Amino acid sequence: MSSASMADHIIEAVALRRVFGAKTAVDGLTFSVPRGAAVGYIGANGAGKSTTIKMLTGILKPTSGSALTCGLDPLRHRRQLARRIGVVFGQRSQLWWDLPLRDSFVALGAIHRLGRDAVRDRTDELVDRLDLGEFVDTPVRQLSLGQRIRGEVAAALLHGPELLILDEPTIGLDVLSKERLRVFLIEQRSLHGTSLLLATHDMGDVRRLTERILVVDHGRLAFDGTLAQLVEQVGAERHVVLDLTDPAPPLDGIPGTRLVGHEAGGLRQRLSFAPGETTVAAILAAVAQRAVQVHDLTIEEPDIEAVVRRLYAG
Amino acid sequence: MADNPYVVLVRLRMRAQTVYRGSFAIELVASLGATISGFLEIYVIFANVPALGGLDFPAAVLVFAIGHVSFSLADLVVGHLDALPNYLRSGTLDAFLLRPLPVLAQLITAEISLRRFGRTVAGSALAVVALAHTEVAWSPAKAALLAVTVCAGAALFAALFVGAAAVQFWLVEGTEFTASFVYGGSYAAQFPTSVFGTPARVLFTFVVPAAFVAYLPVLALLDIPGAAPGGLPAGVLGWCSPIAAAAVWTVALLGWRAGLRHYTGAGS
Repeated sequence: MSSASMADHIIEAVALRRVFGAKTAVDGLTFSVPRGAAVGYIGANGAGKSTTIKMLTGILKPTSGSALTCGLDPLRHRRQLARRIGVVFGQRSQLWWDLPLRDSFVALGAIHRLGRDAVRDRTDELVDRLDLGEFVDTPVRQLSLGQRIRGEVAAALLHGPELLILDEPTIGLDVLSKERLRVFLIEQRSLHGTSLLLATHDMGDVRRLTERILVVDHGRLAFDGTLAQLVEQVGAERHVVLDLTDPAPPLDGIPGTRLVGHEAGGLRQRLSFAPGETTVAAILAAVAQRAVQVHDLTIEEPDIEAVVRRLYAG
Repeated sequence: MADNPYVVLVRLRMRAQTVYRGSFAIELVASLGATISGFLEIYVIFANVPALGGLDFPAAVLVFAIGHVSFSLADLVVGHLDALPNYLRSGTLDAFLLRPLPVLAQLITAEISLRRFGRTVAGSALAVVALAHTEVAWSPAKAALLAVTVCAGAALFAALFVGAAAVQFWLVEGTEFTASFVYGGSYAAQFPTSVFGTPARVLFTFVVPAAFVAYLPVLALLDIPGAAPGGLPAGVLGWCSPIAAAAVWTVALLGWRAGLRHYTGAGS
């Protein structure tokens, strides 16, 4: 491993493999993440995402292969690495359950040996940017899921890590909480240049937050590229479903879209479109030119399971 | 200025404890049950025999009280370690692994059971009463012996908790195992070691060195030539509890390290 590649890459995984008994959870993963990049790590439940993250953070020893995170061997330099990364497991809390959220920040600040003033300033910033003010003095066990996850993300970022690893951060969140979290993460990355590894099975997270996608399936890397390339390869389009005020003829030929179906005599029409080729606003403008009134619309993200299936079928 | 992380963690735990004042008071009183029932056992024995293992009633109560205080102090600080499987199941241990502090230190400071302090107070009171009924030739050395004994005993029990917790990395459903291991040892420490048959006596002196916690120091304290195992003079062995504690800690820490490695190697 040359020193140049260590400096350039925040994560380097080489032939990473992990076996549990008879089951191979991760099977020869090789990938690297350049410093400052935001990478989506997607796959169905049980595809090996969490196992990979545990190996990258020093919780789990690889059966074979190697991982370097921030240029460190995660298992041998676990504590050193812990100062430089922030990790959120959506389904597991790292907050102090029976204490007010604010106390978790105090505790983590002391654990990371930040000065009192630094903890206070950073807490104020995170409370402000993540909108935690309303519940920062409430015991964690009384928080809603959305509130708790925002608290978890704040806790993971308190010490200003170089790399933020999120495992299913938006699972179970309502649309508004998801959006607020995404806006915050985009802002933090542009402010601090934090590298991001985002494991999710929400295509919306990937589309908004990352510039590169790794698809893992049965512990193997099935795809490594941009979202546009993924769409090109397997057609991971988004759908816009239009409910019209009156039945209308099929809305085919709208630029950048493909008519997928129409129901109830044309009262509901479904168009697929590739992100980057057109926007929902452009589609609506084109629809309006056909003298059709849109009563309601929903946008559906591609289903990750379907994307993975098509990766193999293609 | 950065605060010491352990001081902050313990301070926060203390605050969480006193949040539930009502149940705190009730549990404080309830924890005295163990003290009372232990004392009654000795009382019943001595209602039938005049001496036990070379000790008369006040001396036996003193052994019980010192063992009790030591155990309650250890229980106060590390008693929650027998809940390690809960920490494993809830993923708290993974969170510990993601922080730049030793996992064992985080686990120890994750909880502190002030309500168990009731037992320490009761045991201390009992020790004072027992001491008043014995004839100790007090000297600075004897006073030091008493202090050393209590501290070393607490350390020894704490090490037993750590060692038993380490074993649970292999037996994740092993709470019962810990209970028999630790509480078995504590039971033994509170009784004169010579009431047990030879194999058990050797076990509790050298394997689970519970005899060091109270019996041997009390022999030394009261200048009883006594039934120290192996024919070694109690006056010397009574001072050896720090060595016993250090030995148990060494084994416990090696076991803990191996257990944690097993956990990160075998996964959750």
